[in-house]
Amino acid sequence: MISSHLPILLVVVPLIAAPVMVILRSGAAAWVLAIAVSWAALAISGALFVQVAGGGHVSYFLGSWPAPWGIEYRVDVVNAYLALLVGVVAAVVSVYSPRSVLAEIEPGRRYLFYTMYALCLSGLLGIAVTGDAFNLFVFLEISSLSSYVLIALGRDRRALMAAYQYLILGTIGATFYVIGVGMLYLATGTLNLADMAARLAGVSEPRAVLAALAFITVGVSLKLALFPLHLWLPNAYAYAPSAVTAFLAATATKVSVYVLLRYYYSVFGGSTVFHALPMGEILLVFSLAAMFIASTIAIFQENVKRMFAYSSVAQIGYITLGVALASMTGLTAGLVHVFNHALTKGALFLLLGGIALRAGAMRFGSIGGIGRVMPLTCFGIVLGGLSLIGVPATVGFVSKWYLVQAALERGSPWIAFAVVASSLLALVYVWRFIEVAYFREPDARVSALREAPASMLVPAWALIAACIYFGIDTDLTLGGAAAAAWELIRGPQ
Amino acid sequence: MTPETAILGAIAVPLLGAALIGAAHRVPDLREAVTLVTAVALFLLVATLAPGVLAGARPAAHVAEVMPGIDLAFRVEPLGMLFALVSSGLWIVNSLYSIGYMRGNREAHQTRYYVCFAAALASTMGIAFAGNLFTLFLFYEALTLVTYPLVTHHGTDEARRAGRLYIGVLVGTSIVFLLVAIIWTWAITGTIEFEPGGILAGSASNATVGLLLALYVFGIGKAAVMPVHRWLPAAMVAPTPVSALLHAVAVVKAGAFAVVKVVVYVFGVEAISGLASVDWLPFIAGFTVIAASIVALRSDDLKRRLAYSTVSQLSYVVLAAALLTPLSVIGAALHIATHALGKITLFFCAGAIYTAAHKSRVSELDGIGRHMPWTMAAFTVGALSLIGVPPAAGFVSKWFIISGALQAGHYPAVAVFIASTLLNAAYFLPIVHAAFFRRGPEDAHAAHGEAPWPMVAATTATAAATIALFFVADLPLALARQLSFGPAG
Repeated sequence: MISSHLPILLVVVPLIAAPVMVILRSGAAAWVLAIAVSWAALAISGALFVQVAGGGHVSYFLGSWPAPWGIEYRVDVVNAYLALLVGVVAAVVSVYSPRSVLAEIEPGRRYLFYTMYALCLSGLLGIAVTGDAFNLFVFLEISSLSSYVLIALGRDRRALMAAYQYLILGTIGATFYVIGVGMLYLATGTLNLADMAARLAGVSEPRAVLAALAFITVGVSLKLALFPLHLWLPNAYAYAPSAVTAFLAATATKVSVYVLLRYYYSVFGGSTVFHALPMGEILLVFSLAAMFIASTIAIFQENVKRMFAYSSVAQIGYITLGVALASMTGLTAGLVHVFNHALTKGALFLLLGGIALRAGAMRFGSIGGIGRVMPLTCFGIVLGGLSLIGVPATVGFVSKWYLVQAALERGSPWIAFAVVASSLLALVYVWRFIEVAYFREPDARVSALREAPASMLVPAWALIAACIYFGIDTDLTLGGAAAAAWELIRGPQ
Repeated sequence: MTPETAILGAIAVPLLGAALIGAAHRVPDLREAVTLVTAVALFLLVATLAPGVLAGARPAAHVAEVMPGIDLAFRVEPLGMLFALVSSGLWIVNSLYSIGYMRGNREAHQTRYYVCFAAALASTMGIAFAGNLFTLFLFYEALTLVTYPLVTHHGTDEARRAGRLYIGVLVGTSIVFLLVAIIWTWAITGTIEFEPGGILAGSASNATVGLLLALYVFGIGKAAVMPVHRWLPAAMVAPTPVSALLHAVAVVKAGAFAVVKVVVYVFGVEAISGLASVDWLPFIAGFTVIAASIVALRSDDLKRRLAYSTVSQLSYVVLAAALLTPLSVIGAALHIATHALGKITLFFCAGAIYTAAHKSRVSELDGIGRHMPWTMAAFTVGALSLIGVPPAAGFVSKWFIISGALQAGHYPAVAVFIASTLLNAAYFLPIVHAAFFRRGPEDAHAAHGEAPWPMVAATTATAAATIALFFVADLPLALARQLSFGPAG
């Protein structure tokens, strides 16, 4: 039965594709393969989501070694929700990529680009499905190392510096994570997450467990770019190739959020983390700081891509704020924003890729009046921007509604006001783009530009359409998020 | 046609019109024909709903459940019916006027202008027929966004600054106050439907009710209660037909409408009357009425004077609703209609003067009545309506509002109405006097006559309607009475 092998296929298909691409040594063949594995990942993750959406989980034992001795892949609705998100983004980005790659990557390196992309996809999906703490570390490293390479392939020389920066900080994060896992292993003698959760209850020496919690929190927060551990993100997003920025912005940080949630709720236990310990309050402070400080920094950026990168740091603050509120509504808000923000920012970075292709530059000073010559691209950015602000009938509104509701349920109207007030900062930076794109007179260089090619516009607009569709029909996004939140909160069965 | 089709059609037809207008951008005559046909079709659609609503029906349409318990849904009640009739009816006249104005002034980007206008009307219909707070909020935000390109139509630095103020204030207040108020209402009551008698009654403490009322009133920035009124005078940078239909009727009335709707259907007039935590509202609104009138009195720019007059008159509606008596609520609903007719006439005149004589200042209008008799006669009618002199429609709504204030025994409000009537007279009558009885500088008006005929026709039509509504106020009155006394009233 193939359906019982879905969890491993999800990881193995892109993992095998990577060396095949190296053997083929052809950019075009690699691209075709990348599309194939991305859509396969979407199909497999979709099938998995359908299997577990009603509750329960699917376990897969590698080499038929039963847990806790062998590695277990354990998919419940939380993982499936994340895997589905990664699958959707991968499918869209893979279709989008050839024009961006053609323009930004040297011919001899194109097949390597797709190799790294397949590895990164494999790593991210692996994190999403594995039920083993060390195996998770392995996939974290696979996805991280490949993303350092992907970022370094950017056309701008500063991409090298950005990748190096990310390499250093990402390695520190991974090291912290593995130290935390080591302590948990010492305390419990197991690496299987479910088994670990069961044994933690009987651990008599809590100090090692607390230290593990701290190490894992900091390590994973570095990867998910929680303010103030976000320093690697703006440069990495700004200087990476367009397709890479869109792919990583929509998936990498989101998968890290999942890791944090998995440890908090399924290993340490929600009541330990949020009631016995002040993790909620700590996260709350950093989330609010992210929302306000990163948004304010975004307003003053000169580079459009960097501006939206800082916006990502702020939006990650919304996600962690939902987590920090530690209620069913709050967690639902955080999880639905994982999906919603991935759609929004993915679409925005894809559209910005069109501008990068045509204009070459991303500085506000050099794209004045671009709305006249690239109307579809710019109008798409406006719609994506409205979703960032949280205008109703966009996905951003759904997230904001649940966040505000969670804050009010907690009895903290001031948090509700902080959420809406910070979205005004988004209004400011989005409007800055609108004024530059539509009110400035295009200079001779801008006037000569053409609209982005259809191969880029169609995938990007597909995501924009999804931003609006899922702002009105929320069955899948909100339903999935609520089911995942419930799965996490009720804890291991 | 079922009422449900008519409701959804009222949103869809202008949107379809917008698409067709965009498609016809190379053939201006066809494009304008599409606008006119769309406007007439919309009005007829809306009118088919009126008999049912008058008979006590509340036709509804459900589109989608957006979040659990949060629906995109419509339900037509008397106040929304009245608002939709006024807005869609005036769109026909305004479209005719727009054609004269946009061509007469050789404006650029005319296709974008007509597309946004049609989209604005679709949003207005969505607001008028909204069945719950979410749907109201959705179309409220949409209306702000689609009117932004109209406000900034000229693309100048001044337009850009005005656009910033427009978006900043309207979106800012709606997100920070209105949205939080809506979600708070949802968190307290578990519903956001508009229900006769209100939904908050019994679920919220008095202090919370007072706080929520403040969030709603200042969150609905389109009602322009001070201090969130600055966007309206700034928006006058737009072409005059935009000021006329949107910033005298659709957008600002959407604000006043939303305030009345929230007071009647969310708070419940009886549920909060006499509550100490809400008795600040009449004073805030009364202050706005007087203060805005004084600013209007001191403005030499005609459109700015009209804008501040609008700020003042919008707070009439808010004040009338805040008095929480059946008569004043009837007056509030009627004032939405009567002020719309009077003010659109005045803006039409301002635009006609600008197009024909290129004058925009009050001090330049000496003797203009001799050269533009139709326009200035219409101006006189509009002015009399705003002052509240019979036989103009403004008298009817003012009558009900003041009766309501007396019924409530709210003498400060009565004083506000008297003072404001005097102020209205003080800033409108000198214009009429100067136009007809003063002699202008030699040759000041020699070079021009009346404005293009579509503009004059539109202006005369709304002026005539202002008078007609005084004599035949049955329909709006019947709708407004239902608002206070239910379908049997």
